[in-house]
Amino acid sequence: MKVLVTGVSGKLGQLLAKVLVAAKHEVIGVDRRPWPLAPEGVEMHEVDLRKRPAEAVVRSRRPDAMVHMATVAHLQGKQAARHRMSLGATKAAIDYCNRYDVRHAVFVGRHTYYGASPDSPLYHNEDEPPMASDDFPELADLVAADLFAGSALWRHPQINTTVLRLCYTLGPSRHGTLAEYLKGPKVPTVMGFDPLYQFIHESDAAHAIAACLQHGLRGVFNVAGPSPLPLSTIIKETGRERVSLPEPLFAFMLGKFGLPRLAPGAVNHIKFPVVVDTTTFRQATGFKHRFDEYETLAAFREQELVSKSDAGIGEPKY
Amino acid sequence: MGALHEEVQGRVERLELPFNEAGIDPYGVSKERLVQAGVALGALYRHYFKIQCTGIEHIPARGRAMLVANHSGGYALDAGMLAAACFLELDPPRLAHGMAEKFLARVPFLSDWANRIGQLTGLPQHARRLLEDERLLMVFPEGVRGTAKLYRERYSLVRFGTGFVRLAMETKTPIVPTAILGSGEAVPTVANVRWLGRLIGAPYMPITPYLLAVPLPVRMEFRFGAPIEVNGSGQETDEEVERVVSTIKDRIWDLMESGRKEYKAL
Repeated sequence: MKVLVTGVSGKLGQLLAKVLVAAKHEVIGVDRRPWPLAPEGVEMHEVDLRKRPAEAVVRSRRPDAMVHMATVAHLQGKQAARHRMSLGATKAAIDYCNRYDVRHAVFVGRHTYYGASPDSPLYHNEDEPPMASDDFPELADLVAADLFAGSALWRHPQINTTVLRLCYTLGPSRHGTLAEYLKGPKVPTVMGFDPLYQFIHESDAAHAIAACLQHGLRGVFNVAGPSPLPLSTIIKETGRERVSLPEPLFAFMLGKFGLPRLAPGAVNHIKFPVVVDTTTFRQATGFKHRFDEYETLAAFREQELVSKSDAGIGEPKY
Repeated sequence: MGALHEEVQGRVERLELPFNEAGIDPYGVSKERLVQAGVALGALYRHYFKIQCTGIEHIPARGRAMLVANHSGGYALDAGMLAAACFLELDPPRLAHGMAEKFLARVPFLSDWANRIGQLTGLPQHARRLLEDERLLMVFPEGVRGTAKLYRERYSLVRFGTGFVRLAMETKTPIVPTAILGSGEAVPTVANVRWLGRLIGAPYMPITPYLLAVPLPVRMEFRFGAPIEVNGSGQETDEEVERVVSTIKDRIWDLMESGRKEYKAL
């Protein structure tokens, strides 16, 4: 299969490309950022997905499937610019798939779509509405991109569209929202709150995305790894120090005293859980995560399990 | 205390829940916290309220079930003791999940404690999922209307919510009618003050003759009736559901009345 991966230079994009190459797929990478060490089998195009040269790549290379990861942005930079980029890129991805007969489109979104609040349930099902833009405006572009991608299901029924709501990824790359939060030696939490956090090893995440292509999945699916753990356990297992701050002090202390800077809306996501039900995805693909919660945390902490993921030990079969 | 601690630890180990290697289940229930809470509640259960159970064999040993009980006594003391009964009296022990008032989720420390011992926010999604996972659920259909009963109203039953019956029909869950005696005596509420409650986000704050709602060392008693199988699809009209609700309410009322004849608070 010829697979075009947008946002391929991101950490997860690189992992996915390697998984696809290993599974004998042809990979066409599209990203504004370079990937200087792209492995053999990945044809790299350093272009902006929203611009003409990117369309030319799709037109001339005619991929069978497209995995769109170019919305997975970190919560840095200007809100308006991010919004334009995420939605513009999603629109371009859908348009190209429609125009150039790409049969399968996979949109990789986030489980934070569901939002975190005191009255949100543990284990969200795919049919629940997005509540994130309400309490975490910085996530509005990701929510909009998720819903917009889902609309391709009825606007272009000939495209097999998959929308994934992927939980936090963790692993040796130490990259991603949760990794950023856990980066420093001190991790700020809100005093008196200890929500469940759901995460997946980044290698398992890449395999889960590849499984969508393998199974021609259609619809909206939550993707997560092992059972969630309390935030305090995650902080302890990654060798960090938990700094519990009373909520009124929390926003004030961020970015000072060696604590990380966080988006203002992130407070609710540090007080309340976002946990998703992945039964539908697992049933449709037979996906099983290879790294349990402690192996995943250890991989993030020590990078000692890098070899396990790269050497292909226990490579899952889809 | 040492013997109780040992017993509680043994019982936590015998809970038939899918704990991971660190002792945390998929809902965030923690073995470590269960032991701490089990010792505290167990001491109150055995030595402070000297609780007696009749008909506890009616609680199924395994599989989904709802304990549906009357509610009184200012706050959810009766729920805590009912959970303690399921944990201390049943063999194998069972963890009874309560459906906590929504405001609790906003209260620091309390919400964390409640969650770690399986007391999740009272949402229909939680109730359904727990039952589908073959857990034991405590249901107080009177809700805060129940805990807000004053001392003189303690043996009345106020309006029952109906959601639990519809859910029991949909999930084919047996209902164990349960009467709680003594909770209204333990916390003899004379007034509920709204503005005090609002300080912590609660609907009200119960006030006793000695002001603080600290429970008195009275005897409490639980009476369980034979499980009721509710037939239906959950698609029934409100009137049909109401009829089932009132039969369950009647069963609880009968258990309360028969208990009151023998019950002595002191």
